[in-house]
Amino acid sequence: MAAQTPLLYNPAFVRILSPLLVGVALLLTWEGLVRFYEVPKYLVPSPSLIALTLVEDWRLLFSALLITLKVTFLAFFLAAVIGTLVAFIFVQSRWIERAFFPYAVLLQVTPVVAIAPLIIIWVKDPLPALVICATIVAIFPIISNTTLGLRSVNPGLLNLFRMNKASRWQELIRLRVPTALPYFFGGLRISSGLALIGAVVAEFVAGTGGTAAGLAYQILQAGFQINIPRLFAALMLITVAGVALFLLMVLLSKWALGQWHESELKAET
Amino acid sequence: MMSATTAPVALATTQPAAAADTQPTVLATTPSAAPVVEVLSAEKVFPNGTRALEPIDLTVGQGEFITLLGPSGCGKSTLLKMVAHLIEPSEGRLRWWRGGHESVGQPGRKLVFVFQDATLMPWANVATNVRLPLDLARVPRVQSDPRVDQALGTVGLGQFGRHFPRQLSGGMQMRASIARALVDQPDLLLMDEPFGALDEITRNRLDADLLRLWWERKLTILFVTHSIYEAVFLSTRVIVMAARPGRILREVVIDEPHPRDDSFRVSQAFAGYARQLQQLLIEASDGRPGDDSNATHESASPMVNRTH
Repeated sequence: MAAQTPLLYNPAFVRILSPLLVGVALLLTWEGLVRFYEVPKYLVPSPSLIALTLVEDWRLLFSALLITLKVTFLAFFLAAVIGTLVAFIFVQSRWIERAFFPYAVLLQVTPVVAIAPLIIIWVKDPLPALVICATIVAIFPIISNTTLGLRSVNPGLLNLFRMNKASRWQELIRLRVPTALPYFFGGLRISSGLALIGAVVAEFVAGTGGTAAGLAYQILQAGFQINIPRLFAALMLITVAGVALFLLMVLLSKWALGQWHESELKAET
Repeated sequence: MMSATTAPVALATTQPAAAADTQPTVLATTPSAAPVVEVLSAEKVFPNGTRALEPIDLTVGQGEFITLLGPSGCGKSTLLKMVAHLIEPSEGRLRWWRGGHESVGQPGRKLVFVFQDATLMPWANVATNVRLPLDLARVPRVQSDPRVDQALGTVGLGQFGRHFPRQLSGGMQMRASIARALVDQPDLLLMDEPFGALDEITRNRLDADLLRLWWERKLTILFVTHSIYEAVFLSTRVIVMAARPGRILREVVIDEPHPRDDSFRVSQAFAGYARQLQQLLIEASDGRPGDDSNATHESASPMVNRTH
């Protein structure tokens, strides 16, 4: 029986297998080219060497990863909470939104590398300083998406609520919040990646070792020491962490919206 | 203006409401019934200068099924929304149950609006959607749940309370929307082309169900449509409106017995009324003012009244 099952026609199998095959092919090509042209490892290390370094330097890299993730999650959490609160305030009146939205944009367009040194000077402890930088990077998509969502109420439903003499609170909880959820989760997806980027960039600028030595610091150090395999290994960990974070958001969104929202539904047959 | 003439025709007589009960198969058509809504020289000019409605006078009597029929842009939805108090008239005024809008919502004076789309909350199941008016009024679940079940049963969705709106067909979604309207036990239903987006068979079936509900519950219904056949089948009175500017062109009483069923759709009388309304709609679309010589040749019954 099993031999007859056309595994290649199984959509789930194909969905996982095809990107995996591409990845393996790329790695093999990389490995082959490095070996064939005998590229020195301080320029481009082979994937096998990177994997080996990852295992050998695991304790160092893993503790660095934990610190980077800590900054990322704290910043992401703060961005989600503060961003949502700001969005709630924005939708209270057009006036408030008009008056304050440009400043939210200001946060978005100012490069974090430009303000990170200031924040690091103002805030003595490295960890809160890094978290603040990463929060600034991550907060804008949440503010703008959630505001848009809270405003995107179906006008018919809004009329229905008003005709039933719904209070402002009922309108917010029963109508605006559920309407905004898909937008909010869209914001979370973007913002999760940005929180990680913000954490790494802030750490680069801070350049702090000691207690808050995250992956960015390891990359800097590895660069100074021309330990390129370790640099690649750290880089790989950041990438994997970013992808994992994104997948987590996808799952969260599926869990919250799966029952009703078009974005999470399979096409009806 | 004629703001002083507040008392409409035959306001004083209150007996005919009872008379309707003694003759169950023939509806006592208005103007004698107690007024539910009075539109008194109400007009609407939008801020951009568009004149949506010329001054309109219309009285909706208790137990009537009135249809507003007209081409797009004739202001029929605007008029309906004024009655729903969703839009304020620029001039003139409206009265509900002979009073201001404050009294609307009290027992015996409940007004419910049914939208063109089902306007269901996609994140909530059908039962929760239907329960919404009761939830907003903070009716406890022990009281609201049986009413929701009853309303769902009335529209034939008894088995679908736990389904989500997207799992229902367009017609079923509209039924859910009507169940939501019924759960609040309304006295006046305002319906804005509720079945306009449905296929003809579904629409006919929903029309028949609606008519049965109206008959059984002694509702008053003001209904907007641009389907002549729907207007003839449902109404006790059809108000034909014309566009640019929106105004009432003519009023046609559909003097046919109730309850009506599908056999009415294929009757001579039905065809006669349809032809008459067709003629009036052509007039309405041409933008020519209605004159008597045009319509009466075609009419199957002499029930053509001029607008007041």
